[in-house]
Amino acid sequence: MTASLTMIGRSIRLGRRNLDLVIMAIVLPVLMMSLFVYVFGGAISSVQSYVDYVVPGIVVLCTGYGATSTAMSVADDMKKGVVDRFRSMPISGAAVLTGHVVASLARNAVATFAVVLVAVLMGFRPTASIGAWALALGLLLLYVLALSWLAAGFGLIARSVESASLLGFAMLFLPYLSSAFVPVTTMPPWLRAVSEHQPVTPVIETVRALLTGAPAESGWLALAWSGGLLVVASGWAAWLFGRISSR
Amino acid sequence: MIVETEGLTKRYGSAAVLNGLDLEVAEGSLLALLGPNGAGKTTTIRVLSTLTRPSGGSARVCGFDVAEQAAAVRGVIGLTGQYAAVDEEQTGRENLVMIARLRRFSRSAARARALALLERFGLTGAADRRVRTYSGGLRRRLDLAMSLVAPPRLLFLDEPTTGLDPVSRTTLWDAIGDLVRDGVTIFLTTQYLEEADRLADRIVVLHNGDAVADGTAEALKSSAGGTRLDLVFGCAEDALRARGVVAGAVDGTTLAVPSDGSAVHLHRVLDDLLAARVRPLRVSTHRPTLDDVFAALTGAAA
Repeated sequence: MTASLTMIGRSIRLGRRNLDLVIMAIVLPVLMMSLFVYVFGGAISSVQSYVDYVVPGIVVLCTGYGATSTAMSVADDMKKGVVDRFRSMPISGAAVLTGHVVASLARNAVATFAVVLVAVLMGFRPTASIGAWALALGLLLLYVLALSWLAAGFGLIARSVESASLLGFAMLFLPYLSSAFVPVTTMPPWLRAVSEHQPVTPVIETVRALLTGAPAESGWLALAWSGGLLVVASGWAAWLFGRISSR
Repeated sequence: MIVETEGLTKRYGSAAVLNGLDLEVAEGSLLALLGPNGAGKTTTIRVLSTLTRPSGGSARVCGFDVAEQAAAVRGVIGLTGQYAAVDEEQTGRENLVMIARLRRFSRSAARARALALLERFGLTGAADRRVRTYSGGLRRRLDLAMSLVAPPRLLFLDEPTTGLDPVSRTTLWDAIGDLVRDGVTIFLTTQYLEEADRLADRIVVLHNGDAVADGTAEALKSSAGGTRLDLVFGCAEDALRARGVVAGAVDGTTLAVPSDGSAVHLHRVLDDLLAARVRPLRVSTHRPTLDDVFAALTGAAA
């Protein structure tokens, strides 16, 4: 337990001191919100105000960047021999990865807070109750946790820090193929099928519904996707960590 | 025996890196594993420190099997790898406190331990600077200090001075010597015969993943022909005349004379030559290098 806390402290301290990560966590959400609300927002007509519509999408988009940072941090530790140093000590492998995953949660929490703050300045007026906020944040937490474990796994298999950043490519592309920025009803049928059968869409739909007081119809689906992804990704990362010794 | 291996093998696909290595290290000694790049030095350390599973054979550290009792092995060893694995964006002190906390020291004990190690390794001035700003020598010393947070019974040092300038190298050698006097068993790898000579009680020469020689530095050097004096003359005739005075081998204008490396011997050789009125232009002492040892041991051209 002390080991995990120490590793969490380490990853958070390193994250705070890495200017790239700080900028990624705070500046990026601001830029993305401005881009979508002021540049694209006018051209995208929707029933509700666009800023209300787009907030969950920007949050999820930013988690993609957060996951990429996590994968790169893990790959960096692998490359520099830091993971070897920890593996030569009597501490559990779980502690080593937990540090990265929890730091990833913290970074994403900062990014999410930044998105919401900027959105409010731009006119975002959520009508959600405290309970709905808690549910929305809980779902996002579960989703980010799953994504962070997936990122840790990518960091372990990546041959370099650069190739770890490829994870970001997938994570950043998925939100564009979802209902993050435009309703899926505006897409051609084949794309709509893709969009409705990937994890990002139900998560975004649920968070949006919770924040605007609409019925959260895809809640269970979002929960199943995130929970399933968490189980698979954390198991995969732990398995990969155990296999380092066969290299 | 604190380290015992029997027929240790490690292969990556079809490439064998360790070929049935048998090793024994006595507690309290310093063993140097000497070999060129690719001989299997780092792989040996990785297997013994539980980082890599062996493909075959057995290895025990402090009586624990490295494959089956990895956790027990990790409790008694310290490891300083080839590339100083320290967090660049943490200070030296933070790195040490972190390791102490991972080794289950309480907060206050961790701080005290970090301070003691910073003082011992001359790092107090740099303690609160980020490691990114450290020189190579400082970094290696911090790396070494991190391996000693929980005093290990066996310390692995993988090429501890590779890439260091001569002054930093000497400082690190002194630190390693102090550890041996404290009773820590040290298993180090090196490419430098000089380093092995200076530090080790025993040297094992590794070649293609197998031990090809095992003994003291003296024994190894004599197997490579020992020290010799190279006397360079103005012309080949002088060199041949000199050979009539002192025994040796002539190659062009150079006469190579076997020596014990002492000043007395050098003096006698020069006196004899001057008495015979043959004056060498230059004299150099040639000590056997790892290349010479290798050439002697493996029969390969150095």
